[in-house]
Amino acid sequence: MDTAVDTELYRIWVYLAQQPLLALTVTLLAYQAGQWVYRRTNLHPLANPVLWAVIMLVGLLKLTGCSYAQYFEGAKFVHFLLGPATVALAVPLYNNLKEMRRAALPMGVALVVGSLTASASAVGTAWVLGATRDTLASLAPKSVTTPIAMGIAEQIGGLPSLTAVLVILTGIIGAVVTTYTLDALRIRDWRARGFATGLAAHGIGTARALQLNDAAGAFSSLAMGLNGLATAILLPLLIRLIF
Amino acid sequence: MTLGFVTLLLVCQLIGETLARLLNLGLPGPVIGMLVLFTGLLIRGHVPEGLRATANGFLNNLSLLFVPAGVGVVTHLSLVADEWLAITSALVVSAVVTIAVTALVMVWLSRLTGNAPGPEARKED
Repeated sequence: MDTAVDTELYRIWVYLAQQPLLALTVTLLAYQAGQWVYRRTNLHPLANPVLWAVIMLVGLLKLTGCSYAQYFEGAKFVHFLLGPATVALAVPLYNNLKEMRRAALPMGVALVVGSLTASASAVGTAWVLGATRDTLASLAPKSVTTPIAMGIAEQIGGLPSLTAVLVILTGIIGAVVTTYTLDALRIRDWRARGFATGLAAHGIGTARALQLNDAAGAFSSLAMGLNGLATAILLPLLIRLIF
Repeated sequence: MTLGFVTLLLVCQLIGETLARLLNLGLPGPVIGMLVLFTGLLIRGHVPEGLRATANGFLNNLSLLFVPAGVGVVTHLSLVADEWLAITSALVVSAVVTIAVTALVMVWLSRLTGNAPGPEARKED
């Protein structure tokens, strides 16, 4: 009897594991559980919903032996929406046009300094701690949005798939540390807070900035786009000059 | 969310993807799509109500959209585990230093050029 139920359950599991429905549903459930805690703790940085959803889902994959490719069959529907969401960032950008025009010069300088700092500080720290050359080259473009970062990694001899992972980790870590760092420095200008967050932590930082303040969200979106451009131009050039 | 405006976002992305490949810009299609929509808004002179609502629908849940890519960390767990100290230190140090340096440069230069943030752009204590 028990074995009959077990086989039946196993048959259902095998069926569901191949369907996009399960992975998609589990992704939404994990995120909403994270989101619930995030709201309950008043948007506490350590309760970042991306961080906790990823931890829960990685645990679940390890537990069930499901492969990432199998999981992505369902999760790709959520992943796809990143494209139109990126386009939608034009709206907060447009709404803050006046503030941005006024801050054009400080933004331009902060962009170049910040972009170089992001790569140099990551590569420098990892080099001191004995990381391999592959890891160093994969780390250099980690602050910019995934598709740009992967392209740069390929160009400078890193591993694009490792870079994709480092980019996401950078975003999560950036979204967690940004409030602490900026509060410690007593920076109250939401424009600077947003710009620094988007520059260092691309879309995941921008997602947090959008939740905290409208101007911060707009400056964060802008910094994310500009740093993608700046890193794509500066980094390969710099590496050619040094090596 | 209005279907018409969701379509508008997709059309902008499609134009972006096409331009990115056509002109070899080295920027992702969606980022160029964002610039296309931004240019459209500049010409139009205001954000239509339906577009505002649709954009908010996407942006309110922006963090969710990074979860599938984030789970991709599972494919590199062993490499990350091998060099975990170097990698995590590099990411944490770099995040703190980059955020601090960028924000400080921007605040100093804003003060120097005499453009303080408006009242809405100032964080309350």
